[in-house]
Order: sequence, then C-alpha cells, then structure tokens
Amino acid sequence: MKEILGLYNYWVVIFLMMTGFYIVIARRNLIKKVIGLSIFQISVFLLYITMGKVTGGTAPILPAKHFTTGEDFQTFSNPLPSVLILTAIVVGVATTALALALIVRIHEEYGTIEEDEILEQDREP
Amino acid sequence: MKQHSILRVVAKLLIPFILLFALYVQFHGDYGPGGGFQAGVIFAAGIVLYGLVFGLQAARNVAPPIVMERLIALGVLIYAGTGVAAMFCGGNFLDYSALEYSFLQGSLLERHLPHGQHLGILLVELGVGITVAAVMILIFFSFAGRERSR
Amino acid sequence: MPAAVTQITVILLLALLACTATTIVRMRDLWAAVMLTGIFSFLGACWMLILDAPDVAFTEAAVGAGIATVLMLGTLALTSREAKPPEHFPILPIAVVVMPGAALVFGTFDMPYFGDPFAPAHSHVMPEYMSDTVPDVRQIESHPGEPQDAHSDEHSDSQRNDSQDRGAHHGVGVPNIITAVLASYRGYDTLGETVVIFTAGIGVLLLLRGRRERRDVEEDGE
Repeated sequence: MKEILGLYNYWVVIFLMMTGFYIVIARRNLIKKVIGLSIFQISVFLLYITMGKVTGGTAPILPAKHFTTGEDFQTFSNPLPSVLILTAIVVGVATTALALALIVRIHEEYGTIEEDEILEQDREP
Repeated sequence: MKQHSILRVVAKLLIPFILLFALYVQFHGDYGPGGGFQAGVIFAAGIVLYGLVFGLQAARNVAPPIVMERLIALGVLIYAGTGVAAMFCGGNFLDYSALEYSFLQGSLLERHLPHGQHLGILLVELGVGITVAAVMILIFFSFAGRERSR
Repeated sequence: MPAAVTQITVILLLALLACTATTIVRMRDLWAAVMLTGIFSFLGACWMLILDAPDVAFTEAAVGAGIATVLMLGTLALTSREAKPPEHFPILPIAVVVMPGAALVFGTFDMPYFGDPFAPAHSHVMPEYMSDTVPDVRQIESHPGEPQDAHSDEHSDSQRNDSQDRGAHHGVGVPNIITAVLASYRGYDTLGETVVIFTAGIGVLLLLRGRRERRDVEEDGE
C-alpha cells in the first residue's frame, strides 16, 4: 500500500508516456503523430514536476505566507524542475509549430498527410 | 465571425485584460509566479484571440508582421546585450553583479533602478518576453495566412 | 483537512488524464483529437499547480491549451480533418510500447517516494540556490565581521554596504527562486533556449512564407 501511494504518480506518467509513444509509432497520420509527440512531451514535463514536489512544501517563492494561518513557510518544493520545464514547454511549442509547418508543406506537395500514401507516391517514378 | 456578436463583445472585453495580465506577469515575475516565457505566451494568446475573432487583417494591423520580425531579433539582442554590457562593466558574460559596481553605484539612476542582479534579471526577462511573444504571433500569422492547396 | 481532499483531487485528475489519452488514441476525427489534446494539456497544468509549480502550470495552460491548439487547428484547416482507419490490429506497436513501459515501471521501484523531502533531487545544487537567493536577514544582523565600536551613522552605512555586498556576491535577491535560477544562475541555458525559439520562428517563416501566402488584395488571386 505504501508503495502504491508513493509511486502511483510515476506509473500514471509512464502510462501517459507510453500512450503518446504508441500514437507516434502506430498511427500513420502525420498530425496524429504530432499529437502523440505532444502527449509524450507533456508526460515528461509531468514526470519532472512530480519529482520536484516536497510533502508539506509550497511554491518556491519567498517569503511565502500560509494561506490561512499567515505563518511563513519553511518548506519549499524544488524549483529546479520548474526552471527546466518552463523553458522546455515554450521550446516544445516552437518545435511543434515547426513540425506542423512541415506537415503543411508536405500536404501541399503530396496532397495527403498519410504516411503510407506519401511513401507510395515516392516509390512511383 | 461577423455574425457572432456575443463573441465579439466578450473578446473586446477580455483582450485588454489579457494583455495587461501579460505585462503584469512580465514585470512582476521576480516577486510572484511569472517571467518572460509566460508573459510572451500570454501576450501572444491575446493577439491570437483578436485575430481569431476580428479577422487576420485586423490582427496584422495591430501587430504588423514586419515589426514582429524585427522584434524576434530584438529580444535575443536585449538578452545577449545584457550579457555583453556586463562584460564591459568588468564582469563575466551575463554576470549581472558587474552592472551594479561600474555604472549603477553613485549614479543618478541608483535610486530609481533595482540592484545589479535584479536589474539584469528584469532586462533578460524582457528580452525573452519580446522574442517569445513575437515568435508566437508570427507563427500564428503564417499558419492563418496560408491558403489551402487543392 | 486539505491533504485528503488534495489526494482525491489528484487521483481524479490522473484518471481524467489517462482517459483523455486513451480516447485520443482511438479518435479518428482529428478535430476532436486536437481539442482533446488541449484538454489534456489543461488537466496536466492543473496537476502541476497542485505540485507547487505555478509558473509551469500557467505556461502550460497558455501554451498547450491555447496556442498549440490554435496552431493544430490551423494545420487541420490547411490539410485534412479525418485520419485513415488502421488496416490491421497493431500487435507490433503494442509490444514495442508495453516492453519499455514495463521496464520503466520496474525502474520506479528504486525511485524515492512521492514528496519525499530527502530525495536525491533535492540534495544537490538546489539548497545552495535556495539559501543564496534571498540573503537571510538574521545572518546579516549577527554578522561576526561587523565593527562594534563604530559611529552610529558609519555603522548603519557599513551595514547597508554589507547587505548590498551580500546581495551582489552571494544572492540574487529576487523572491521568486524560479525566476532567479532561470535568469541568473542558468542564464546561459536560458539564452540558448531563447535562441532555439528564435530559430524555430525563423524556420516556420521560411517554410510557410512564399508563393502560396494568402493575398488580401482580391484581384491578385487566380
């Protein structure tokens, strides 16, 4: 029971990660692949953030008053994962936009965004 | 979107507050949650909402693409320029403490500006915010301004 | 009181996240899949808020539920809305996914428990950042190097200089530690990330700028 309560967050994150991975490898549609990648990406963000949490802590902003009692907090969650993920999110959306732009160009050249149809067109002379 | 008057009115009400909130997040990022990345994205979201409701051309008039292109580079320039300024003040690249000693202390501005590290962080976040907002707005323009093929 | 409530909320959120993800897998209507991805990001942002990362949470809400969704819808408008049905049962992808998944779950048994204050992630680098970011007031007051017999105005002056020096040398002096680490301690890193965004923006402009750009002058079209 203690293990389940202590580790369930990782398991959920791994499930989400693998769902994203599955979409990337099993679906032929390019937009669906990008969706899968972004699900994978968000679950990696969640993995990092969940590792930074400290029980009884609060957001790492000093000085932090308790919501109801007005006392100063002494425990803070780890700010480092937040910093890493903060930049990763914005970089992630920039690269997603780049992928989507490539998809738009592919659709203009091939008239389809299904991977197998693109490969078929490539094989024909 | 001309016929959706409710959407237009609500968007008109919301957009100023979205932009104001972005500026608050930008310049209050050292005391509360926030910073350049968040502020840039929120600001861009405000402009994107404007473009979605009032049409792409209206949004282009508000945020001219040619200006946005300059702003992308300007943000990175502000960031790197802060680092170089620190070097000219005798510190390492991006060592904001150097800003304090060589030009803040004893100058007229000392009273009005935050101390070295704080000033450096504000400048750097401003650069990040400008770049992120401009990139997001321009990406939206290029997707929305594209014609469907076939 | 709040601990149990938070626990239940988190479990509900995680269940919703898992449901959304599995629904996205089965969805063939891309429009709905994109909207569900937005919902997925938003749920993720809610969980991040509970995990004490407000900065990340509202970046994720603005980016994932806002801008990324708009961009994907824009792409759908330019391409197609429907994905083709898969031809056969995907036994190979399922095997490929289950195996690393099982390995990762096996790996979690060595991980520190959720919220463990003694986890290795909290023991290195972070304490120094934490203690240096805002100079501790009590430490300044009981500073051993303080001149004891100085004149009162000189004394306050030296104390002011001392605290300034502390702010300059040791600490960043910004209450939000995330901002301090992001912009000051990891300034090089953030510069690099900004340049990545800059490059991605230029890449999108290069790809989508050009002959097929929509002209707003009517007579220009064919």
